[in-house]
Amino acid sequence: MPKLSAHLRHTVALTLNGRKVEGLAEPRTLLSDFLRHELGATGTHVGCEHGVCGACTVLIDGVAARSCVIPVQAAVGREVTTLEGLGARQCPGPTQQAFIDCQAAQCGYCLNGMVMTVEALLRRNPHPSEQEVRNELHHNLCRCGTHVEILQAALRAAQLRADSRGAGNLAAEAGECP
Amino acid sequence: MKPAPFDYVRAESREEVLAQLHEHGDQARIIAGGQSLVPMLNMRLAKPGVLVDVMQVASLSGIEASDAGIRVGAGVRQATLLDWAGRDPRLPLLAKALPWVGHTQTRNRGTVVGSIAHADPSAEQPLCLLTLGGSLQLRHRKKARSIPAAEFFVGMMATARGDTELIESVTFPAAQPGAGYAFGEVARRHGDFAIVACAAVATGEGIRLGVGGVADIPTVRELPLPGASDFDDALNQYAWDLDARDDLHASARYRRELVRRLGRETIEEALRCRN
Repeated sequence: MPKLSAHLRHTVALTLNGRKVEGLAEPRTLLSDFLRHELGATGTHVGCEHGVCGACTVLIDGVAARSCVIPVQAAVGREVTTLEGLGARQCPGPTQQAFIDCQAAQCGYCLNGMVMTVEALLRRNPHPSEQEVRNELHHNLCRCGTHVEILQAALRAAQLRADSRGAGNLAAEAGECP
Repeated sequence: MKPAPFDYVRAESREEVLAQLHEHGDQARIIAGGQSLVPMLNMRLAKPGVLVDVMQVASLSGIEASDAGIRVGAGVRQATLLDWAGRDPRLPLLAKALPWVGHTQTRNRGTVVGSIAHADPSAEQPLCLLTLGGSLQLRHRKKARSIPAAEFFVGMMATARGDTELIESVTFPAAQPGAGYAFGEVARRHGDFAIVACAAVATGEGIRLGVGGVADIPTVRELPLPGASDFDDALNQYAWDLDARDDLHASARYRRELVRRLGRETIEEALRCRN
């Protein structure tokens, strides 16, 4: 594999929300900045830039990861899921709908991290207990204090996902509008 | 909060990794999970000229069990080993300790070897490797060597790894039949670096207690059984010998008290786990 020079922008190819995409970036570019600035996917937020606040959470190959501590080259070829991939404004996915239903946001800055972390949890544990949700969200920081509503939203999201599966409504879960 | 510029090599073979280390020496840093390294890059506490990404090197990505123990390659993520230890009974200490390491998201990316290479004195995985009497397999272009954990941690975040050496793997001894293993930690929040972490092994021969978070390196010591008349003195001596310091997170006195209390609890738990 040839060495990628620090001072040039190199092609980065990965799958974003199910679509193959490409962009250019210096090696030092963080995945969070690549998603936001190069690919225009600004759902991912940037908070602490050292991996402790969780605002930058995305899924990589289906599991939660902090995009601010991933150099973009480490994500080449991977399947990245961002907030945009959970649903569209016109038809949000069940996890997003749950957060809307519970009004689980104040300034909204932590929201991406909360939604993506809940999504990651529900994909591997569709029926978590309240304590399991608390444990999962323990390292996502919210400074406005919407924790109660976020917890409610997480539990509601589990319910909505179960309902949409029961109704066979997988298209809505994928965020495709009818 | 953005890194200084660096070249990047996504290595496809171990030889490529070693060649880069040989060429660049201390200007090169290995990147595996990046969960310790990238925060340092973002804060410009580290400014390597080259990052060498080892995650595509197939020969580094395995967990191999043999008579020598459980060998964990440089590319094995913490989540992968945690999952393995949940299904295989041979690493009970890691099964108990890994849930204390960071949180789900950092374990999804971070590697076992990476945490050990980083050698934070409060980190759980270096403590486990030391307490179990494990070893590290190091290689540079000319030579490979295996070094016991007891010789690897030499100071605060300082190790015996040479600048041109790759840690290919670490090897944890497998659980001995009839032995008990326990892990305990006190941190300000679950997943934070430990104020005090304890790892205990109870065998027919006696007790080993490993302690992290107090001294500049993890330490391990043999102790009498809790019922013995000299146990309290021995544990107290251990607490004092760690030379605890006051810092932002805890006083020296609090740390010593934690060593005594958490140490005893962890040892008793290990004894209970003997089967």
